[in-house]
Amino acid sequence: MDMFLKIVAAAVMGMMVFYAWRAFQNWQEHGPKAQKGDWQAVVLPLALVVGLVVLLVAMVR
Amino acid sequence: MANPNYTIAGGAQRAVETNKVLKNTYMLLSATLVFSALMAGLSMALAVPSWMYLVAVIGAMLLGIFVLPRSANSGSGVGVIFLITGLLGFGLGAILTLYLAMPNGPQIIGTAFGGTGIIFLGLSGYALTSKRDFSFMGGFLFAGIMVVFIAAIANIFLAMPALALAVSGAIILLMSGFILYDTSRIINGGETNYIMATYGLYLSIFNIFISLLQILGIMGDD
Repeated sequence: MDMFLKIVAAAVMGMMVFYAWRAFQNWQEHGPKAQKGDWQAVVLPLALVVGLVVLLVAMVR
Repeated sequence: MANPNYTIAGGAQRAVETNKVLKNTYMLLSATLVFSALMAGLSMALAVPSWMYLVAVIGAMLLGIFVLPRSANSGSGVGVIFLITGLLGFGLGAILTLYLAMPNGPQIIGTAFGGTGIIFLGLSGYALTSKRDFSFMGGFLFAGIMVVFIAAIANIFLAMPALALAVSGAIILLMSGFILYDTSRIINGGETNYIMATYGLYLSIFNIFISLLQILGIMGDD
């Protein structure tokens, strides 16, 4: 039962990879490109998320 | 030359539509989160086995791929999203039962819950107040999802804690990016269907919570 479920889960996730690949290709061709300063506006909040996760790990240790 | 009155009226109408999508999205998101929590409680009360989590995730993924996109523009889409989130909540209950059996399980669950709330509210607030268009991240996020899925498929069979930790960390960062991306698409008019918008945000919250549980469970254990 467990192995059967793992194989089905892997197959469905493989299907998700296929859908993500199509979305990625579509985005590369038609999606908007980053302007100057766009990535900086993303890196700061993501760095804060990393800091929060480190803090949470320290809290449960 | 364009009539400025039409331009102003068009801009105001777009703003009203955007606010309506945003309001409907957050209302449906709240309802699905509550329903999900109720289903998780039911699953814990019934003490369902842990394999139920995989069954629920497989069912929810299939519904999300094949059924939701076809029904999202009709009233039945609301029923489908409740079915998906209820299934995921029911599966989550099986995982929470396992964590509650650990010595510091309740603390880990509470910390993961609080952390997920802070991440979601913080990033949503940032996207809403900055009014930046984060749709340029689409290619990067979908490429990242592909890599993470391939690693996750490998780890279904390898069951390596270090790889699970790396995948969970990557999922938290990617889903944080998706919160910025989805929220900015709603406020910039890129997403006009509140059911699909809710689905995207719900998946981000669910994945962040599950990944935080995994990271805290591995790192909190001596």
